[in-house]
Amino acid sequence: MSSREQKAAEIRRLLATEGEAVSENARGFNRGREEATAELDDYDELKATARARKEDAIERLPELIEQVRESVEARGGNVYLAEDEADANAYVREVADGADVETAVKSKSMTTEEIELNEALGAAGVDVWETDLGEFVLQVAEEAPSHLVGPAIHRDRESIAELFEAHFDPGESLETADDLTRFARTFLGERIADADLGLTGANFVAAEEGTLVLVTSEGNARKTVTATDVHVAVAGAEKLLPSVADLGPFLELIARSATGQSLTSYLTFLTPPGSAPTVDFEGDEMGAPGDREFHLVLLDNGRFEMREDEQLRETLYCIRCGACANACANFQQVGGHAFGGETYTGGIAGGWEAGVHGLDSAAEFNDLCTGCTRCVPACPVGIDVPWINTVVRDRVERGADPSRFDFLVDGLAPDAESGGSLQKRLFGNVGTLAKVASMTAPVSNWLVQSTLGKWALARLGVDPRRDLPQFRRRTLRDWFESRGRTRVANPEREVVLYPDVYTDYADVERGKAAVRALEAVGVGVRIPSLPESGRAPLSQGMIATAEQAAERVLDGLEPHLDAGRDVVVVEPSDLAMFRRDYDRLVPERVDRLAANSYEVLEYLHGVLANGADLDALADLDGERLAFHPHCQARTLELAAHTEWVLEERGADVETTTAECCGMAGSFGYKQEYYELSVAVGEALSAELPEDRRVVASGTSCLDQLADLGRSPRHPVELLASAG
Amino acid sequence: MAGDVDAFETAAREVNAEVTRTTAGEFDAAMEDVLVDPAVGTPLPYHGVSLPGWVETDPSPSDLAAAATGVTSAGLGVVESGSVVVESTAAGEDPTSLFPERHVAVLAASDLVADVSAAVEHLAAVAGEGRDAVIETGPSATADMGALVYGAHGPRAVHVVVIEDR
Ligand code: SF4
Repeated sequence: MSSREQKAAEIRRLLATEGEAVSENARGFNRGREEATAELDDYDELKATARARKEDAIERLPELIEQVRESVEARGGNVYLAEDEADANAYVREVADGADVETAVKSKSMTTEEIELNEALGAAGVDVWETDLGEFVLQVAEEAPSHLVGPAIHRDRESIAELFEAHFDPGESLETADDLTRFARTFLGERIADADLGLTGANFVAAEEGTLVLVTSEGNARKTVTATDVHVAVAGAEKLLPSVADLGPFLELIARSATGQSLTSYLTFLTPPGSAPTVDFEGDEMGAPGDREFHLVLLDNGRFEMREDEQLRETLYCIRCGACANACANFQQVGGHAFGGETYTGGIAGGWEAGVHGLDSAAEFNDLCTGCTRCVPACPVGIDVPWINTVVRDRVERGADPSRFDFLVDGLAPDAESGGSLQKRLFGNVGTLAKVASMTAPVSNWLVQSTLGKWALARLGVDPRRDLPQFRRRTLRDWFESRGRTRVANPEREVVLYPDVYTDYADVERGKAAVRALEAVGVGVRIPSLPESGRAPLSQGMIATAEQAAERVLDGLEPHLDAGRDVVVVEPSDLAMFRRDYDRLVPERVDRLAANSYEVLEYLHGVLANGADLDALADLDGERLAFHPHCQARTLELAAHTEWVLEERGADVETTTAECCGMAGSFGYKQEYYELSVAVGEALSAELPEDRRVVASGTSCLDQLADLGRSPRHPVELLASAG
Repeated sequence: MAGDVDAFETAAREVNAEVTRTTAGEFDAAMEDVLVDPAVGTPLPYHGVSLPGWVETDPSPSDLAAAATGVTSAGLGVVESGSVVVESTAAGEDPTSLFPERHVAVLAASDLVADVSAAVEHLAAVAGEGRDAVIETGPSATADMGALVYGAHGPRAVHVVVIEDR
């Protein structure tokens, strides 16, 4: 099997075995987050404060490490800064040796998974028991976590019951979640009573007080510490904050972002050795708080390099709430066993894995981030997760061996990249390819749909089950020129309609409709020849090529901006380039374009709200519509404009909640991801009632919905009258 | 303030904690209603208020394991979230509130604060003195076994007794 086929087979397996449980849980968490954060009046302010505090803490990290060392040591505890996995494990082993530890109990900690502490202690003869019930299930099943917060969300009740019955032979039937919980509580209660060493992580570490803050629901972290005499906490160095007083916004946000709870059951503040007595079940004695030995292991393992890395540094602000995973349409279908690396899962795993385990681990799943951006508004600390994944993709590809087939793409591909997979370069150069295909249409269309064409494309990883876009010989600009350009004489407002690749070469009708609708409300239109926005190469991790494209687009648009013309964009993913991504690519030039570019329905809304005649647009009275906004349009909060215009014209509009259509640019065309893409699309399709006409604004969404048997239209096509 | 107590009660019930409102004078009767025998407890710091004599206040670990109820004071109550803050001392508030199936937290109405941020301010001072504390919001819970279950590792039920004149 080729690696593409292997990947496809693994995704198929996970869709079939774990997809349902993952989907129910991740989507439930995602809904919970949306509801819980909507209730916060000061949500944006809390996020901004949390972000600023993380930025500051990472900036001051060396100083905070010294400070926490002083505060912990002043109370008799120890702080060890571990360079890497081996160093951390060796230290904990030494502590265990010194205290003659036979059994350790552990509360949930991703950081100890990162260093594989259980294995290291096991090799030294120490039994480690996971006390978090989700982690306990994984320990028994010998599986890896599939989610940052709910490590066992890929398993449902029945499968856990089967697992326990097979493994423990409990002598009673364990049927309900209650039975299973009680069984695990009793079993682990005995382990906790026996244990000599308590292992925890920390969600936050306050340097000034030497305080660990643990966010849990079960109470196992507290028991782990209370019932043992030696406490070792292992935390990534990035968990440090200056003081307990800084925690407010994080505690307000973390559970809401994670699952939609306002707070978890226990927010535990431990300042070791603390003020609680030790509880010795074996000797049936209570001990004094001072009896507890404490070690804080702060882990570097690549974090200091991440801190120096301008692009990956943001990863260190992550509070591991899992919201980016829950908001991800791909994750919702396959979970962290596909969308994850050695330890971490979901979108931000790209940054974590690249930083702590290296690019190879990140490369395994990097493609699953399609750049849809739905995680961006979900992240409580405002991390641009898709950007991190783009950077990782760029690094993975540039590091890749230049392929021996490069010449195939090289001829057509004027990109600025060296190396990289042919599949990525094919999709990254779609602008040039579309131009050639259009010039040679319909022969090119026939060629790619032919057996030979499909075979050739399959070699490049294009799935033969997809219909490729039909390129049109007569482009939008050809049509526009041939009708004598704009038909509004002496317009008060004049705009540049950006001829994106798809609208210009393939979906020409929606471009014509955009022109007609704008003209109908009195707006003059120009369609100059402009280069591709850079979206396609950016989505393939070709940052240098995308940068070049951005410069060229700005060269073309700046004279129009100088002349006071706004820029209207049909394709939402290109508008997202102008408003979001150009800020990364051409930060010094982008402001004016970002402020003066609009999605076409957004622009119509603006003109209509300023008094233009609504009746100039088609009457939609009696139309029942199901509207799927493009993922990036959702993130830019554009959906409401479309709804407003359609409703003002009399339509009854129902908007979907699915985060993404699953096509996501080129993603759904790729052989290895075709089935996942269809699974995501079907989840969307389930939300579209048969008796409603489907409207969608993105090219990808339109293609995906067409492939799923719906006949979607762009909203502007409904609003423009023919002519 | 009665308004605060009302709001606290509503929020606490929302997170599945039970609430009893009482006064110092009626405290003993309230305790008889909410405590399930055998009970372990830690001393209460409120004037004119103390635990019934039958509550074990110097429990051994086996008493803890056998207890049906653990009763402690709560340093603060958080109006917005219905949480109580349990502060640890050598008397054992931490294990007492954690091991038995039922935690009864006794809270003075004057110790209510508005929100988590206000509680955090207080906890910064507690931590500064080297003391442990927990913000407890409803019973111990897990969703790891395929459905929401109370009583994962900690108490299955939390009952807050608010003394309105303290
Ligand atoms: S990146 Fe943001 S959303 Fe994702 S886990 Fe980290 S903090 Fe949560």
